[in-house]
Amino acid sequence: MSTRADSSLRFPHRHLLGIEGLSADAITMVLDLADSYVEQSRKPDKKLSLLRGRTVINLFFESSTRTRTSFELAGKRLGADVINMSVSTSSIKKGETLIDTAMTLNAMHTDVLVVRHSDSGAVKLLSEKVNCAVMNAGDGSHEHPTQALLDALTIRRRKGRLQGLTVAICGDVLHSRVARSNILLLHAMGARVRVIGPPTLLPSAIDRFGVEVFHDMRAGLKDCDIVMMLRLQTERMQGRFVPSLREYFHFFGLDREKLSFAREDALVMHPGPMNRGVEIDSELADDIDRSVIREQVEMGVAVRMACLDLLTRDLIGNAP
Amino acid sequence: MSKYRTAYVNARLVDPASGLDAPGGLLAEDGKIADFGAKLFADGTPGDAEVVDCGGHVLAPGLIDMRVQLRDPGQEHMEDIESAGHAAGAGGVTTIVCLPNTDPVIDNVAVLEFVARRAREVKLAKIHCYAAITRGFAGRELTEMGLLGEAGAVAFTDGEVTVADAKTLQRALSYASTFGHLIAQHPEEPSLAADGQMNSGEIASRLGLAGIPPVAEVIMIERDLRLVEKTGGRYHAAHISTAASVDAIRQAKRRGLDVTCDTAPHYFALNEIAVGDYRTFAKVRPPLRDEADRESVVEGLKDGTIDAIASDHSPYDQDSKRLPFAQAAFGIIGLETLLPLTLELYHNKHLSLLQALGLLTARPAARLGLTAGRLAKGAPADLVLIDTERPWKIDEIEFRSKSKNSPFDGRPVQGHALRTVVDGRTIFGAGRATEKATEKATGKEPGKETGKRTGKGKGKS
Repeated sequence: MSTRADSSLRFPHRHLLGIEGLSADAITMVLDLADSYVEQSRKPDKKLSLLRGRTVINLFFESSTRTRTSFELAGKRLGADVINMSVSTSSIKKGETLIDTAMTLNAMHTDVLVVRHSDSGAVKLLSEKVNCAVMNAGDGSHEHPTQALLDALTIRRRKGRLQGLTVAICGDVLHSRVARSNILLLHAMGARVRVIGPPTLLPSAIDRFGVEVFHDMRAGLKDCDIVMMLRLQTERMQGRFVPSLREYFHFFGLDREKLSFAREDALVMHPGPMNRGVEIDSELADDIDRSVIREQVEMGVAVRMACLDLLTRDLIGNAP
Repeated sequence: MSKYRTAYVNARLVDPASGLDAPGGLLAEDGKIADFGAKLFADGTPGDAEVVDCGGHVLAPGLIDMRVQLRDPGQEHMEDIESAGHAAGAGGVTTIVCLPNTDPVIDNVAVLEFVARRAREVKLAKIHCYAAITRGFAGRELTEMGLLGEAGAVAFTDGEVTVADAKTLQRALSYASTFGHLIAQHPEEPSLAADGQMNSGEIASRLGLAGIPPVAEVIMIERDLRLVEKTGGRYHAAHISTAASVDAIRQAKRRGLDVTCDTAPHYFALNEIAVGDYRTFAKVRPPLRDEADRESVVEGLKDGTIDAIASDHSPYDQDSKRLPFAQAAFGIIGLETLLPLTLELYHNKHLSLLQALGLLTARPAARLGLTAGRLAKGAPADLVLIDTERPWKIDEIEFRSKSKNSPFDGRPVQGHALRTVVDGRTIFGAGRATEKATEKATGKEPGKETGKRTGKGKGKS
């Protein structure tokens, strides 16, 4: 049995439903622990037995390959039994599926439920009906906490800090749970946040989030340390929110010219999956000097290992 | 032939229609108010009359709730005419005006008569109906407004559906004016409100919920006012919730248009913060607005711009509310909380007691052409005896309504109905309520021993 990285650490929450409510200390605790799991994942023998005997279920009401795989690997590297469940939201009446499925899985003595759902607040609702630990793997346009944590880990490893950095979040902030979680986390850690996008893709009252708002990429990127691009969903490109792909890329897609307004050592990030040529220039996305997109994926597994580890430390066997 | 008489003695008579607020008594005879006044029982009560000692409490016309969803026929598992009748009684409401969004919808005489017959059989609160403006709320063909009016429809509305097509609304206003009928609109521009879940703004953005902007309401009201001006129709804007709407109606009244509006308690007693962490019991349409809008609604009530307070009673069962926010139904029940929440405005000194009760009685009655809603000789003996002062806590377990979807559960309030009388018959408060009042006075836990009210599940989200 391997020992925990720091067995005295205690995460002060039963679930991980969002970044909201997490203190800077709690965030730092996750990031510190995740650092050790980055090293662990680079070893030939990646497997630990910290979660041996624990059952982790990835319950995805919205399709996702990347996030689900990342959670699956995280669970398996810690020695847990991991099961993936994809529930079609269209086949059955949605709400019944949500609560009923949660109750069913709970009754099977699940230890951790990792949940993704297309409705904001759905994961919290589910967490109220079960006695296992619940991790939010993305709920509607609300939060995606592990994405914000892995972004923070990526930045911290590259820049050595989060405090005092200027981070620009660009694109479809309106529909983005990644943007919301990142704004909360970056503020908690003392970074400055800008959002850049056309007003049709920014949430109402976004100025009340404590961010600086820009509608012009060049002005918004000026002197930024980090450029976070967001994915633009295909169904939102054709006229309802922006007139066309071509127009969007021209004004809001990241290319070298626009990036030149940011700091020379500015890093480019993207939560994936990318629309090459829509929100980001393809060649720039692959430039290992500027883009840390692949590193983000690696950090994702480490952060999810840290979260699973912390949430199960005090978890007594789930007895429904 | 002997008459059935009840003597209400030792009352504080409050009649908003006439401005009366004085100690006195009232005699009800065969369902009508026979007489009332300070000196009425100076020489004792009639020997054959049942005597009700009002204990100095307020005796007022029974409340008229001009916007209630009955769910009967069609969704009786959420509410039916009987459960709504009991809820009304407990809330001091003697007249319910039912929205036509039953199943089938009230867009023809047969359904209207069905509801009327059921109400007569159940013999609790009186039930009047709105009929639909357009068949099946489809927004195209007008209903038989003349025949529906003759059959008893008090006004016309498509319920929770906005008559969005301008030409259709213009025709409805114009045609209804043939008979002097009132057109009531749920004012919300559908294209702006589509997919919206709560008020637009910071809270919606933080929760990741699509917003319904406040302008969606006033845009529709302002358009409608132009059509009212053009047609000379009679118009009522239902449940207004924003500062701009209050102002639009205020200006329209100054211009002399035949326009009225109502609001619901949640629009002056709550704001969007009540949604908190995805509380679906606070999901309602129009949505709870921000604090500035709430204050403007209070102002509109104070200066008379808003003509009535209606509960907007919208019963939903647990399965409709225990869902992710975006999937949950819009609506709040209100028959049993209408009076105490309105009395908050009196206790907070925004309104006099006469003003507060006027919004629940004489003013909606006048707009709908009802004979109830006032203390007058020959008027129906629809009465409510109100303890305006007693503090208590709203408890969903106590609701008579079949549904429990109230965001006011646990709210401390002041004042409640002691007895509710319809056509001289006591429908609430003869036994249990007075017992309960005694229990409370003696410090016993109320309602806990009544096995009947088990509160079918706490559907909180």
